[in-house]
Amino acid sequence: MVMSAASPGVLWHTKRALSNLAFGFAVFVIVSPAILVMLWMLSLSLKNEVDNMAYPPVFVPSPPTLANFEAVFVNSNLMRYLVNSLLVTGGATLVAILVGVPAGYGIAKASAHRTAICILIARITPALSYLIPLYMLFQMLGLTGSLWSIFITHLVITIPIFVYVMIGFFESLPPDLEEAALIDGCTLWQAFRHVALPLARPGIVVAMILSIIFSWNNFVFGAVLGGRQTRTLPAAVYNMLTFEQVAWGPLAAAALLVTAPVLILTLFIQKEIVGGLTAGGVKGG
Amino acid sequence: MTAKSTAMDRGYGRNYLPFAYPALLITGAVIVFPWLFTLFMSVHEWKIGSPRAFVGLNNYARLAGDERFIESIGTTLYFTLLSVVLPVVLGTACALIFNERFPLRGLCRAIFILPMMATPVAIALVWKMMFHPQLGVLNYLLSLAGLPPSLWHTSLDTVIPTLVMVEVWHWTPLVMLIVLGGLAAAPTEPYESARLDGANPWQMFRYITLPLIMPFVVLAVVIRTIDALKAFDTIFVISEGGPGTASETINIYLYLQAFAFYNIGYASAIVVVFFVLIILMAMVLLWLRQKAKWS
Repeated sequence: MVMSAASPGVLWHTKRALSNLAFGFAVFVIVSPAILVMLWMLSLSLKNEVDNMAYPPVFVPSPPTLANFEAVFVNSNLMRYLVNSLLVTGGATLVAILVGVPAGYGIAKASAHRTAICILIARITPALSYLIPLYMLFQMLGLTGSLWSIFITHLVITIPIFVYVMIGFFESLPPDLEEAALIDGCTLWQAFRHVALPLARPGIVVAMILSIIFSWNNFVFGAVLGGRQTRTLPAAVYNMLTFEQVAWGPLAAAALLVTAPVLILTLFIQKEIVGGLTAGGVKGG
Repeated sequence: MTAKSTAMDRGYGRNYLPFAYPALLITGAVIVFPWLFTLFMSVHEWKIGSPRAFVGLNNYARLAGDERFIESIGTTLYFTLLSVVLPVVLGTACALIFNERFPLRGLCRAIFILPMMATPVAIALVWKMMFHPQLGVLNYLLSLAGLPPSLWHTSLDTVIPTLVMVEVWHWTPLVMLIVLGGLAAAPTEPYESARLDGANPWQMFRYITLPLIMPFVVLAVVIRTIDALKAFDTIFVISEGGPGTASETINIYLYLQAFAFYNIGYASAIVVVFFVLIILMAMVLLWLRQKAKWS
């Protein structure tokens, strides 16, 4: 009696343990490609050139060296490109806040989805298709090679992200408070400015993060429009590949420096990012 | 009552549109003007640094006979097909895993989505070093598994699958997030009654989960198709369209015509054809989605 009561129990526990183990293994398998590429980038950036060129490859840097990072800062104009990237990304995000948040509000309130589609088309169009005419225009205006031209093109990335995230956000806000404000005699602008806007702060944060990341990551605008002094970071890192001899350590160090801020931002605020991305399925340029 | 009705009048939908004007003005200037200008350029023979000449539809006629362009359409479609199917299948499977509750799920999900947020150019450089036929870590790992080394992006046969692999690495997380959103919104009742009826896990997936998440999977297919057609950074950094023209997609050919050969007029004609192709693909997919909804 005791045996027959116990044996299905044991069987059930073993089965459960096995299925948990299999599940854990599946999770391990699907997250490992992301981890392995990042770790290999880190490993390359911390090894000296002899170890980087060794075969079979050296996996763990021993001892780790910061020489590659030093080399990047000394040999290339990295600080300059960092400032360029900060100016372009910061400026394009700032303008997107100023025009994108009210636009998201207006479109959500007017349920003007046709207007929204106009802005969505920016998401569908290949970046190169507006890069060519804008390049010609900037040339006529004498703006090629200036940060202004890169900043203007980055608006194509940041404004649609803001409009999309904010439409979703304002549609989910209950309209009662603004209606009360309108009844009390507020203008539409006042209702937006003093009632809806303070409530929208979480949505603005999400849109800001996504807009910063996708503008920061953009390569082709900076590569085509940027001059020697006005490249953004991704374009500068690509240039290291073409002009320097194969030096893997500094290259990996530069790649890591460019992408690290984005990765750290993602890890810290993944919940907000996941919320924002699933809401709109947005992705930059 | 009167106060309320005037307030409601003011709150009428159309009155909110001025809020969108500044954004429309800027996107219009940065998007609509370039389109019109592209159409204008596409009917001119125009090289940077030399005067332009009106040539009518000559550029388009030239495109029809440009073997390199025709070939790039085939390459683009091949690359796109693989870069849609694989991330969608894998991303859906991963969404099913992340829909379960397990310890450290938040951290695992954060790590899982890192590839889609990482700077594509930086990551492409790292992949390029990993692909190196003699010194790359991937061929070493293959040799550990007893497999022959691959030439990766340096061979005609493997260059597209290699680039697709990087694309899959980058964008499977986006598909996962979209499908996960669908799973989170799915009701639980059908599962309970199916369990009572003795359905096995495969049947539950096939007849309950899959129909419920299908709209999200289709959305992922649409987004992936558009993005794969436009793929640029990864291909440009890893293979530069080569070896030869083996990985030259429309986008890469377009870039070369415009910014390496400076044939602005001809490149504009390519843009127009490329854009029509993208719109057509998106419309076919959306039409399929409508059709799937009705049946």
